[in-house]
Amino acid sequence: MSKEGVDVGRRRFLTLSTTVVGAVGAGFAAVPFIASLPPSERAKALGAPVSIDISKLEAGQMVVAVWRRQPVWVVRRTPEMIATLEAVAGNLADPDSEVPQQPDYIKTTGAARALKPEFMVLKGVCTHLGCSPKFRPDAPAPEIAADWKGGFYCPCHGSKFDLAGRVFKGMPAPTNLPVPPHRYADDKTIVIGEDTGAA
Amino acid sequence: MATNVVVRAFVAAAVLGATLPVLASGGGDLPFSFKPDTGNMASLQRGARNYMNYCAGCHSLKYLRYNRLGKDLEIPEASLRQHLMFTSDKVGDHILSSMPRGSQDPTVPSDSEKWFGRAPPDLSLTARERGPDWIYSYLLSFYIDASRATGVNNLVLPGVSMPHVLGDLQGWQKHVVEAPTEGDHGGGHHKPKLEIVIKGALTPAEYKDFVADLTNFMVYAAEPGRNQRIALGVPVLAFTVLFGLFAWLLKREYWKDVH
Amino acid sequence: MAIVPNPHKTTGFIGWIDDRFPLTKIWKDHISEYYAPKNFNWWYTYGSLAMLVLVNQLITGIWLAMHFKPDETLAFDSVEYIMRDVPWGNVLRYLHSTGASFFFIVVYLHMFRGLMYGSSHKPRELVWIFGCLIYLVLMAEAFCGYVLPWGNMSYWGAQVIINLFGTVPVIGQTLVETIQGDYTPADATLNRLFSLHVVALPFVLVGLVIAHLMALHEVGSNNPDGVDIKKHKDPATGVPLDGVAFHPYYTVKDLVGVAAFLFVFFAVVFFAPEGAGYFLEKPNFTPANPLSTPEHITPAWYFGAFYAMLRAVPSFFNTQIWGVIVMFGAVLVLFFLPWLDRSKVKSIRYRGPIFKVAVAVFAVTFVGLNWLGMQPTSDLYTQLARIGTALYFAFFLAMPWYSKIDKTKPVPDRVTDGH
Repeated sequence: MSKEGVDVGRRRFLTLSTTVVGAVGAGFAAVPFIASLPPSERAKALGAPVSIDISKLEAGQMVVAVWRRQPVWVVRRTPEMIATLEAVAGNLADPDSEVPQQPDYIKTTGAARALKPEFMVLKGVCTHLGCSPKFRPDAPAPEIAADWKGGFYCPCHGSKFDLAGRVFKGMPAPTNLPVPPHRYADDKTIVIGEDTGAA
Repeated sequence: MATNVVVRAFVAAAVLGATLPVLASGGGDLPFSFKPDTGNMASLQRGARNYMNYCAGCHSLKYLRYNRLGKDLEIPEASLRQHLMFTSDKVGDHILSSMPRGSQDPTVPSDSEKWFGRAPPDLSLTARERGPDWIYSYLLSFYIDASRATGVNNLVLPGVSMPHVLGDLQGWQKHVVEAPTEGDHGGGHHKPKLEIVIKGALTPAEYKDFVADLTNFMVYAAEPGRNQRIALGVPVLAFTVLFGLFAWLLKREYWKDVH
Repeated sequence: MAIVPNPHKTTGFIGWIDDRFPLTKIWKDHISEYYAPKNFNWWYTYGSLAMLVLVNQLITGIWLAMHFKPDETLAFDSVEYIMRDVPWGNVLRYLHSTGASFFFIVVYLHMFRGLMYGSSHKPRELVWIFGCLIYLVLMAEAFCGYVLPWGNMSYWGAQVIINLFGTVPVIGQTLVETIQGDYTPADATLNRLFSLHVVALPFVLVGLVIAHLMALHEVGSNNPDGVDIKKHKDPATGVPLDGVAFHPYYTVKDLVGVAAFLFVFFAVVFFAPEGAGYFLEKPNFTPANPLSTPEHITPAWYFGAFYAMLRAVPSFFNTQIWGVIVMFGAVLVLFFLPWLDRSKVKSIRYRGPIFKVAVAVFAVTFVGLNWLGMQPTSDLYTQLARIGTALYFAFFLAMPWYSKIDKTKPVPDRVTDGH
């Protein structure tokens, strides 16, 4: 054993370079493990876009579809319902949908939050803690609010949303109900899970 | 070095162990052999078409999804839907046959089992279970046998319950049994001879290509990740060599201390 | 209460820990100031490699268990789900399945190294015995893992192995049904083997590996010359003159071994994961079918030798328990090696021709038996397996005699080579 005549620089360089190559290798080795965690092909197939037939939907009624194991609502709004949207705007936390809870092509539609104002598409999951709010188009409903004009009411913690899924001020829920990506395949069919303009 | 004799014996034993099984299994009694090439996209695409046209009616590929097939075989979704999928299927669906399916429990007979005596098996993994040589040989080895209900028998799978679905393409063959000749040491190893007695829509060469594509496709279907893993292997080994080189230089450097 | 300052004189964060936990002590005792003989050859890398494969099996196993379903009706499908639907799932599975076979390759070479250089001799008997226990648990672990994919080979492998317990007189049948939790290998069997494979046995395995290393580091490593390096220490430092610190000298050397090993390992994982039908058996690509046995039912290759011995022993007195006894005896006899070997010298380098021939014959016999275990039965093979079984046991049971009469060469005082 002797350390005389050791080329310290060379030794340090080799230690460092072996460490770097080894660390890069460990990084590569981690790829299969981390990449295996996101949704698998099966989860993707089960979460594939779903089509909803809206031709049978009566005005003022709601139909519930399941997309990615969550409820998606389609409400066929009457002209009176659409009229309430401007009326309640002053009481809303985010009337102009500034928080990105919807695709861009929905944000540009203003208060309606819908490609066609008649058909409101919403993900039926409360933005507070994930309960599914109730559709309460009936007005007046003094047990919800004195000036209730119709909307969505979450029974868990009392969050209230208007008929475009926008949250009222001072509610436990921080943001508007999300609008899932969707497009019209034709006049009678909405495809949930595919963006307008993408397909 | 005194240990050399032992090391040599050990290496010899290991080599013996590694080569004997190859010798033992190398013979085989399949009439044809086939080397798959899952990198040949055109062949795989033809094979997929052949499979969907001639096999998929009865035989599912229940572990393979249409969209995976489309992605791996570079088939656009439009032609996937138009040419390969049953109309009611979604792209994420598994490739299932139109045959009524029975219970998961292999001991409970299904309807198709009652029709054929045996349910048409799922073919997702056949290429890994039986091997490409077997599939290729099987599809070339149907011959006329009036004693069977289907009118055919098969050299590779005697007593086969499947009818010769590809008979009108291949033509119909007769099994010629040759008497053992002089110098043929009785072992019964003379090649069986099949002769086409009714011509099919394809020439023998075209039919072999048809079956080759089909077999190739089934090798793909048995392991869709095959091409990717082989492609990945090369850089992985190259990186291992690079790491080994640095480790070896480092080892040599440190061991200069030891005298 | 005041804290006694740690003897390593470390400060800062490490010092804070060392005042409360023997971190630097463990590092020094087992890594940086563990002095190993400087004359290790490449046979001595298999221990580190076994550790590498163990880690590979544990990590890939954790990940596979995230996707696998230990259910009779779902297990086979879930393996194909991993192979096809889980991103990178095929790589994870091949790493695990190839790792299983390489574990045995590495462990067999590691054990053979110990046999050649007398690593089980006094004072390393416990190192050897812990090693044998690791091997035994590894066999159980591998068997459980082999059953999990619930292919047809898994099913019939489980059937055959569990039925071995049926040879026990009187309680045999009850024992088999108790182990299976059913009348044949079934959902309950799969479920409990899964539990053993992913929870119980890995715990035991890791514990035994720690014990194996602790016992080794207590007495110090043997070496290819079989000389005790502690006899000559530097009077100033107390460090053995023929010893080098495990770190950096053997860490860097083992890294080279790791790279070489990984090259072969990855070559199999990416280019031949089926291992010519030995690492992933063809009949296991069809789901378990209790009505149809595969044509050639063979165990995993690494059990081949023991299976060959099982088949080689005929049944008599209306019971086939003799084969089972021989098979388990073949594993059990390994534990006694430290006392069977009566030679005055450890290493094969200084032993006589009898031992060298015996070890060579043993190596060929063991590989040959493994091969025979994979073959269909025939009269010739059965006879060969009987000869092999006799040679296997003769190697161990006659050792007290031939190791004593064998000539030995004088053992040098110091180790002979340094690289």
